[in-house]
Amino acid sequence: MRLSGTLSRLAALTRKETRQMLRDRSNLMVGFLLPLVLILLFGYGLSFDVKDARIAVVMQNDSLPAREAAMGLTGSDYLSPVWIHSMQQAEEMMMAGEVDAILRVPHDFLRQLALGDARVQLILNGVDSNTASSVESYVSGALAVPFAQLADRRGGKAASSGQAVIVQRTWFNEPGESTWFLVPGLIVLILTLVGALLTSLLVAREWERGTMESLFVTPVRPLELVLSKLAPYMVIGAIDLAMCLATARWLFEVPMRGSLAAIVGVSMLYLLVSLSLGLLISAAMRNQFAASQLALLTSFMPAIMLSGFVFDLRNVPVVIQVVSQFLPATHFMGLIKTLFMAGDNWPEIWRTSAILALYAVILIALTRRALKKKLD
Amino acid sequence: MSARPPIVAAEGLRKTFEGPDGGEVAALDGLTLQMRPGELTALVGPDGAGKTTLIRMVAGLLRPEAGTLQVLGRDVTADPQGVQDRISYMPQRFGLYDDLSVQENLDLYADLHGVPGEERRERFARMLEMTDLARFTARPAGKLSGGMKQKLGLACTLVRSPELLLLDEPSVGVDPLSRRDLWKIVQQLVDEEQLSVLVSTAYMDEAERCAQVWVLNRGKVLDRGTPEELRARARGLTFLAVPPAGMRARELQARMVDAPREVVDAVPAGGRVRFIRQPGADEAALGTLLAGAELLPREEELEDTFMMLLRQHAAETAGDPAAAPAPAPALDPARGAAPAAAAGPVIEVRDLVRKFGDFTAVASTSFDVMPGEIFGLLGPNGAGKTTTFRMLCGLLPATSGKLDVGGRDLRSARARARAGIGYVSQKFALYGNLSVRENLEFFGGAYGLRGRALKARVAAALEEFELDPGARSGDLPAGYKQRLAMAAGLLHQPGILFLDEPTSGIDPLARRAFWRTITALSAQGVTVIVTTHFMEEAEYCDRIAIQDAGEMLIIGTPREVRAEAGTAGTDMNAAFIGIVEQARARRRDAEAAA
Repeated sequence: MRLSGTLSRLAALTRKETRQMLRDRSNLMVGFLLPLVLILLFGYGLSFDVKDARIAVVMQNDSLPAREAAMGLTGSDYLSPVWIHSMQQAEEMMMAGEVDAILRVPHDFLRQLALGDARVQLILNGVDSNTASSVESYVSGALAVPFAQLADRRGGKAASSGQAVIVQRTWFNEPGESTWFLVPGLIVLILTLVGALLTSLLVAREWERGTMESLFVTPVRPLELVLSKLAPYMVIGAIDLAMCLATARWLFEVPMRGSLAAIVGVSMLYLLVSLSLGLLISAAMRNQFAASQLALLTSFMPAIMLSGFVFDLRNVPVVIQVVSQFLPATHFMGLIKTLFMAGDNWPEIWRTSAILALYAVILIALTRRALKKKLD
Repeated sequence: MSARPPIVAAEGLRKTFEGPDGGEVAALDGLTLQMRPGELTALVGPDGAGKTTLIRMVAGLLRPEAGTLQVLGRDVTADPQGVQDRISYMPQRFGLYDDLSVQENLDLYADLHGVPGEERRERFARMLEMTDLARFTARPAGKLSGGMKQKLGLACTLVRSPELLLLDEPSVGVDPLSRRDLWKIVQQLVDEEQLSVLVSTAYMDEAERCAQVWVLNRGKVLDRGTPEELRARARGLTFLAVPPAGMRARELQARMVDAPREVVDAVPAGGRVRFIRQPGADEAALGTLLAGAELLPREEELEDTFMMLLRQHAAETAGDPAAAPAPAPALDPARGAAPAAAAGPVIEVRDLVRKFGDFTAVASTSFDVMPGEIFGLLGPNGAGKTTTFRMLCGLLPATSGKLDVGGRDLRSARARARAGIGYVSQKFALYGNLSVRENLEFFGGAYGLRGRALKARVAAALEEFELDPGARSGDLPAGYKQRLAMAAGLLHQPGILFLDEPTSGIDPLARRAFWRTITALSAQGVTVIVTTHFMEEAEYCDRIAIQDAGEMLIIGTPREVRAEAGTAGTDMNAAFIGIVEQARARRRDAEAAA
């Protein structure tokens, strides 16, 4: 009897929430259009890869071997060399931000080459340190082959004796594409967003419009209110997740080395945490504006800045590392990247799932408490 | 009757909230009350009397700090859910979901209350018939008029027959027609189902319908009894004064209100002044005060007792803002002269039309307002009076027609016409977190006052309206907020003052004070255009206009309007209902004929 009452009230409330959700166009915009925009923006617009970096090449020694060495730059997709005659002009271009680096082949290149100690100078534009280090590795990579050949021709012995060649391999993200790690991170952001922007309004809206008072004086139990508000938004989140996975697979061709079941399972668990956090904030603030601001500050912004989405958490100060460990997004971020690029790591999956489940239970319990049927 | 235990028994209830100044304000101050089952019990009292707090406590939503509260024989503090499962409650804001349809709202509440299928069908059919909402089941609740929302709110709380129905000021901001419909429904349920109803109200005619009336003020019970018992308290003290020829009723009323020693209360009514004399009033002083007016005894009403109780209580508690005498702005020669210069009407409206898409909110309306006149714009919710009002003060452009305000065409010279008018909106439109002085200085600046002129006007306004310049505006009591809003609207000494439902939400004593200010302004030559839901306030007006469905139904003095309605007596409420209903019947006939 009591259970059937709960179930029928839960059904009625869920129906009501779903209707309200579908009738509010701004909800659907935030629920579907915004994630789509984010996917395209992050997938296409945001990339840490450097393509067509402009390199000013100053040939102060115009000998054939020098030219052969510099020609190594032309074969690369990532570099586009510009031939400049004077160092002064190259420096001006660097100041103006027209080039990302200067490669100087000095006057004594040929002479030094004969001595087995040929050097070229690479000056990097360090304004953007990410780009600078990428350019550095591209240039040294591009020059490695012609330099080896030159050394070979001049005196094979010198080259083979005492020179080690580093054979580099990147694991998990073999081509070094940034979409490979951005897109899985995007799933975290989008699932966070649904909670921060949509569910954070739900309870506050009932307070503001005075409907909460009416609901309270019915047989409704607080937990029924919480669950009925989570249900429809779980569906929106699930659709967003499907959108992310589909674009990751077919549009950006990000590998999915872990099992789909694990990816979906953990993502839904994180979605529950994100929605519950939104609800808790909403129930505590009782004001839509304050709730949405607080939700953005406490869930969405940290998910971008502190979860390891962009910045490697090992490089941040200890305080921030500690803070980041309290964010459910950090745990989910670590796992989802592993699942996409490395594969199923079951101990890690269980550990993260346990953490997320704990968060969900605590948040729902707190929301239920915040909804105790009292006005004061 | 005495064998049945009370359905609500409160004993020494106390509840305090944090007041504006950080101190504690007692919403309920040792309140003791019993409610009998199977009848209507009214809680009457001004704003802040503790009515809402008490009702919320009965509903188990607030916890008393002291005292005990038994509802339906249970301790509601210990087991609120047990009580909530058996009662129904309509809060002031009805608790409707605007984006759900009428039917969906009903379904939701029926599901939440677990009303089974068969019973539900019967109940819905009955509720829809009683509320006359059957035609609108598919319409979103947000698109209903105020009166319809109120009826739907009631239907939603009555999706099942509760053991106790709580109604918290169900008719605030609702027009007389909708109020009457609502009471018809409640009365019917009490008669047929022996429903027990606890209703809070500010309207005495509503309290009159109840079996028991409890008068509350500042968290205390002032008195209680049947309406007859309460009425008897004012027996022999109630009179009508007929002003001598050449004197307006409201002028006589103003004199009487200014003499609290002789007169408890006075309001203009039907060209006369209804008043209550102080029991121990000095006959000679009263005679001078009446200035030759003829005295007619009249039957005492509940309102009389209510006003007496409030005045008494206000006099007993020192520092009560409502007890302060009504501020009458000092005569300002500069203001008095300006409108007198214009001999013709100060507002001229010809064939005014406003359409929103296909919907005609105001249909071809014409009228004039003379300088110094108090002109009342009345009508049920959705009648078009707000639209008309907004066009008059230049907030909304007219679709067609001629509109001159203060001698300027509003359609071509809106900014200049606006400079000559003052506007006090329905909601408190000042900055709550600014002090009284800061608000006045800001609004003075917005009206173009600067430097010494601004300083002088702000100082004058503070004095005229007896405002504390340092107080935080948002923390003022409702009556004082109203004064501040008036002061801000009058800073630039406009010749015309627009007031949009200025007295909704303020208590009767503050309302008297407010109207005293208005009549004083009018005496100085300021033209006042006012909308109101309180029909008795129409009596302060020189002329009133009643609108319904965008049409101007009648324009005339209150006496002419009453004559047109053909209702006996002086009841403006009945006249209003009569005129609107006659017009609606004519329209239906015309539609049927077409």
